Amino acid sequence: MSFDAVSAVLLIPVLAAALLAVLPGYMLSARINMLAALLTFLTALSLFFGRPSAGKYLHVDDLNNVFIVLTSFVGFTTSVFSASYIGHELEIGRLTPTFLRFYHAMYQLLMFAMNLALVANNIGLMWVAIELATLTTVLMVGIYRTHEALEAAWKYFILGSVGIALALFGTILVYMAARPVIGEGLDAMVWTSLIERAGAFDPALLNVAFVFLLLGYGTKVGLAPLHAWLPDAHAEGPTPISAVLSGLLLNVALYALLRFKMLLATNPAALAPGPLMVTMGLISLVFAAFMLYRRRDIKRMFAYSSIEHMGIITFAFGMGGPLANFAGLLHMTMHSLTKSAIFFAVGHIAQVKGTQRIADMGGLTVTNPVLGWGLVLGVVAIAGLPPLGIFMSEFLVVTSTFARAPWLAIVLVFGLLVGFAALFLRLNTIAFGEPRGATAEAKASYVPMFAHLALVFMAGFYLPPALVAWFQNVAKVLG
Amino acid sequence: MRGISFDVAHLLAGTLVLVSFLQLYQDRLYALLNMFALHALVLALSVAWQAYIQDAPHLYVTAALALVFKAIIIPVALHRIIARLGIHREIEKVVGVGAAMLLGMGMVALSMVVMLRVTAEADPLAREDLAFALSVVLLGLLMMVTRRNAVGQVVGFMSLENGLVLAATGAKGMPLVVEISVAFSILIAFIVIGIFLFRIRERFDTVDVQALDRFRGERG
Repeated sequence: MSFDAVSAVLLIPVLAAALLAVLPGYMLSARINMLAALLTFLTALSLFFGRPSAGKYLHVDDLNNVFIVLTSFVGFTTSVFSASYIGHELEIGRLTPTFLRFYHAMYQLLMFAMNLALVANNIGLMWVAIELATLTTVLMVGIYRTHEALEAAWKYFILGSVGIALALFGTILVYMAARPVIGEGLDAMVWTSLIERAGAFDPALLNVAFVFLLLGYGTKVGLAPLHAWLPDAHAEGPTPISAVLSGLLLNVALYALLRFKMLLATNPAALAPGPLMVTMGLISLVFAAFMLYRRRDIKRMFAYSSIEHMGIITFAFGMGGPLANFAGLLHMTMHSLTKSAIFFAVGHIAQVKGTQRIADMGGLTVTNPVLGWGLVLGVVAIAGLPPLGIFMSEFLVVTSTFARAPWLAIVLVFGLLVGFAALFLRLNTIAFGEPRGATAEAKASYVPMFAHLALVFMAGFYLPPALVAWFQNVAKVLG
Repeated sequence: MRGISFDVAHLLAGTLVLVSFLQLYQDRLYALLNMFALHALVLALSVAWQAYIQDAPHLYVTAALALVFKAIIIPVALHRIIARLGIHREIEKVVGVGAAMLLGMGMVALSMVVMLRVTAEADPLAREDLAFALSVVLLGLLMMVTRRNAVGQVVGFMSLENGLVLAATGAKGMPLVVEISVAFSILIAFIVIGIFLFRIRERFDTVDVQALDRFRGERG
């Protein structure tokens, strides 16, 4: 394999992981972590301008290019946040230097696994990459080694493993469907050839395969009722990992699902994958919106909010058509940016307060104005208030649904409103009112948080025409 | 040629389903581990036979992996862990033996109905292999759901995974099978190391089994 941007996106994290595994010293490794993430991001950006042609294992097209750039961007900003967050954890002794080395190596390995899943041109390779991503995140969720963290890691492990096992069965079935048409061997697992010839596949096999894939990768997306691992994993792991899980890993699993959806869409005799995704999306949205009310742990609350938004995104892609797909893509991007920004804020808030219990937080805008208002801004964005980016994308989802299926739109709006109210109810306690809990000064780096929020804010007013054209193009490909 | 190779493959895959049933009603951990070793042994034979009849030497790697890793190393390691951690020897189960067996039969029937119907066009060996494989997968899921104990759940997961390897090797000429089986072995090794390092004993009892229950409901 010759050296090009695609292999660089994979090689940089791998080399960095190997380096970070042996390097001692916190400051140095945090900087190398940032540097590697930055390099990956820049390389990913270069893919917009020129990309190598598709190989049997790797390929980049308009669709996954968006995902790769988003992943590496949030990966980079999270590494900046992680530097200040982990520094604090080290000070208070929650993490030891050995675990830190492990943490940084795992961080880069996770970046590698996600990038590999995205650029894989082979359904088997993609599966292996998602499995690797699951493993690394399991290890990181359990890194504090408290009782709760281990239990969360175990739960995530078992449910995630069952999920990817089902996804593998689906993958095997897709191969079985492709084999009579394409012939034995590697070609029958290569995306680009699968998608070309999918029209001739046996529709019944494809249907069963998609059900397995939906359940399998759907577990990783966190769709209800397969979401049980998600809140625990978000709440008990280090906050940078919560940010990466919510902002990126869920997207990667969704990407896998989208690819298979495209495959089914090209076969007229196969079942329409849309309604299944619409149903699971709506269930996730409404369920998570109600669950938001009863949360006492701040990270758990935003984890449920992630389920809600993954539901909206899955719904939008399930509806299909250029407009809904466009809205889905936009919403996914906005959600990744906003949710990781919120987790950046929440991470520092939890460090200041020394707890994640919402009841022990209060009056943040008075005690820690920057952090408090950052969180307020983030929640305003995630709840979908105008004029921010998520309002735009939710508006698009709702209007495109109203035009085609008004009844579904009513459920959608209902779920959105319920979630909206819950978020503001909680925000009111956390950000305003009497100051409660510890009031230490936050030693935080606010740059990543406000960088994300600024992007989301800007997207509410102005989307660059090049981006719009790109998304429209991808939306057309998605069918 | 077709006759004997077909029959042996069929026999081995059927045996795998049978051993899955044997696992389902074990209520002592050591016996369960022995049954799992047998399961892995049958899998190794089945994969080796597929390697032979498909003339695919790389599958011997998968067979060897199943034999050495899953039939020997993992059961021995789990034996030691159980002995050293003093985990309860009895397995708490959510449903009784009778109900579990009935559910298991339902699973097998389900997979036959689903798989044989949708693979009408495929060659007979592959389609029956696939039906057996799905049965093993579903029985593994059932085992995970009906066990409260972490080791029991892990064994359930491993036998589920054996079903997947059976499916992958039965799909003629499928690429990356060896890589996938290696990836799975790493996963399992992680689980076993995880149990040992973290010394998680019965704290697993609080693992939300309900979630898995819902899972099965979704499929069934």
